[in-house]
Amino acid sequence: MKQTLMVIAGAALMAAVLTAQAPAQPAAAPAGNADTGKKLFVSNGCWQCHGYEGQGGVAGARLAGRLMPFAGFTAYVRRPVNQMPPYVEKVLPTADLARIYAYLQSRPAAPPVASIPLLQK
Amino acid sequence: MARKRTVDRRDFLKGAALSGAAALVPEAVATAAPQAAPAAQPEAGQAARPTVAPAAAREADPAPAVPVTTIDRPGGDFMVDVLKALNIEYVASNPGSSFRGIHESIINYGGNKMPEFLTCCHEESSVAMAHGYFKIEGKPMGVLCHGTVGLQHASMAIYNAYCDRVPIYIMAGNHLDAMGRRPGVEWAHSVQDAAGMVRDFIKWDDAPHSLGHFADSAVRAYKIAMTSPMMPVLLVLDGHLQEEGISAAEAAHMRVPKLTLTAPPQGDAGAVADAARLLVNAESPVIVADRAARTPAGMARLIELAETLQAPVISQHGRMNFPSRHPLNLSEAGRQPIANADVILGLELTDFWGTVTAMRDGLQKTTRSFVKPGAKLISITAVDLYTKSNYQDFQRYPEVDIAMAADAEATLPALIEACRKLITDDRRRVMQERGRRIAEAHAKAQDAMRQEAAHAWNASPISTARLCAEVWAQVRNEDWSLVANSGNTSDWALRMWDMSKYYHHIGDSGAAGVGYGAPAAVGAALANKKYGRLSVNIQADGDFLYAPGVWWTAAHHRIPLLSVMHNNRAYHQEVMHIQRMANFHGRGVTRANIGTTIDDPNVDFAKIAQGMGVYAEGPITNPNDLAPAIQRALAVVKKGEPALVDVVTQPR
Repeated sequence: MKQTLMVIAGAALMAAVLTAQAPAQPAAAPAGNADTGKKLFVSNGCWQCHGYEGQGGVAGARLAGRLMPFAGFTAYVRRPVNQMPPYVEKVLPTADLARIYAYLQSRPAAPPVASIPLLQK
Repeated sequence: MARKRTVDRRDFLKGAALSGAAALVPEAVATAAPQAAPAAQPEAGQAARPTVAPAAAREADPAPAVPVTTIDRPGGDFMVDVLKALNIEYVASNPGSSFRGIHESIINYGGNKMPEFLTCCHEESSVAMAHGYFKIEGKPMGVLCHGTVGLQHASMAIYNAYCDRVPIYIMAGNHLDAMGRRPGVEWAHSVQDAAGMVRDFIKWDDAPHSLGHFADSAVRAYKIAMTSPMMPVLLVLDGHLQEEGISAAEAAHMRVPKLTLTAPPQGDAGAVADAARLLVNAESPVIVADRAARTPAGMARLIELAETLQAPVISQHGRMNFPSRHPLNLSEAGRQPIANADVILGLELTDFWGTVTAMRDGLQKTTRSFVKPGAKLISITAVDLYTKSNYQDFQRYPEVDIAMAADAEATLPALIEACRKLITDDRRRVMQERGRRIAEAHAKAQDAMRQEAAHAWNASPISTARLCAEVWAQVRNEDWSLVANSGNTSDWALRMWDMSKYYHHIGDSGAAGVGYGAPAAVGAALANKKYGRLSVNIQADGDFLYAPGVWWTAAHHRIPLLSVMHNNRAYHQEVMHIQRMANFHGRGVTRANIGTTIDDPNVDFAKIAQGMGVYAEGPITNPNDLAPAIQRALAVVKKGEPALVDVVTQPR
């Protein structure tokens, strides 16, 4: 239970960081192929905490639909401030990070809650 | 020509192992026994030399002269009388010869009712079933096991129950008198101090030497187990005591002592008054509850306290503490309510330190308290009355301002009353305004929850939000009970479902010992069965594989249970841990799947369940296939059977 709480706390903190740094439209990011990015998102284990669609969960913040600018994204991945482990350049080159970024940018917006009967009150 | 009665050695051994009844069927045994030469009598003053006889001969050798071949009333019968007096409804057990005496007494003398024998395929399942049963029924289930190999199997589940403060009534068979042991296996299944290996994580044990002693200790064990903080207890049942006849002299004196449960300890009156003053005068109090509600009454009392103070409640979900949609419920608001609080009331918290402190799992472990300077911490927990040394489940020492070594549920009425006496009209106005703000925050959190759930709604693997929403849609109009710990599905059920009754959630395992989920769900479903409730289980794949025989137990005993799988094909918590290590060491995570994933081949859980006699389908990967599959399974469950739907899901 404690572990779960810590993860939730970490996720909440990261969400706060993301929200604080996220502009309405992400700043220009280096070109990256989203399809390759998807493979890298999986092979580098990003999905393990953030979900295959970057939808987030108890273990990691949602990334889809609220990406911070690429510079901040990279800085965070290199030196995260909460429970996320650091990805150094050696294991995840910036070029690959750009592809992952492109994949996350390509995630479709969530359907409106109003359009999902199961999510009505 | 007379038919030759022969039994070959293999058949004989199988028969002996199955029935354990060599001594009860001397004629058959004598017929079956190979012709072994009688042992030579030692000369005077000379010890007999041990001889190594063939196994069959060792089992078969009858005593040269047995004046009595049957008895009418073995000790096990009286033990059953005691269990009946204690209203032990079930004993869960994988059969074993060290308790064959009481086993036979339960099914024949006792009529297999009160207690009824539940056939289990692993002792870990037996104990975890008893764990889940208590969460619904509020009283202990019995467990029978070998004092050696059975207790060893059971130990992890006992530890879960100990950490979860759940009473389990464990009885372990053992043959203490070496002179009466059958050669071979019975020696390997005997032990000087059976309880020794679990004594660190049970509350009390005894090994009665007589039937009178058994009755005394059996009632005492029940009373101790049910006294807060509740925990498992263990009675070691001597095999000879179970099997030998009750003499007339013994029978004249045997009785079952009266059971009077101990009233749970309440907080000291002065400490309650001090706590009430702090709470009433606080501007931003928060109530944090973990195992606070032991019973439905505890939930009602917590609602009363929260409404009296108009204070937010954060449930850590150790028990069903507080309705999920109550406007004062801020359980999903993260740590913000705690960080804002000037008074924090912790009710039966597993970890008060961890509730108010953040620790970063980095190369250097850093900690930071996130409570406001000067915030007052009040703890009420019965665990302060009973702390052991070896196992470290007591967590880090919390620095609190008021500590009541008392049962929280039992203390709440006095605390509520003390608060009411102190509330002035001015304070009431402040509280009402606070309550309005909290209700707004709760409503916003609910809306945000729905927005989050919409992400990856149509994804495959299926999102855990979609999984829980689909199940909820099928059960919401039933009298349902979630008999699962749903933390690994990002708590979507706890966030999304309208939980308002005590049996709507059974909390978690206590020690996070994997393998608890399936058997606890089966045990809770058994308890729910008599109330006609629909038991719903969200079943993790790793947990399923620990002791899958429990699905057969569910089918065999016709236990209705709807299980929908969260099959992420991994021990996912461990995937993340290995990922963390690999990144800390600068090696990348591409090999983090080694030793942590459950694929190649993918497990066909539906096929396993079907093989156990359980209706099952899957694996389902398309979210649009979920609703009809759950509906089909639900139809089976409504007929009184277990059913399972395997669903391939997102990791969390």
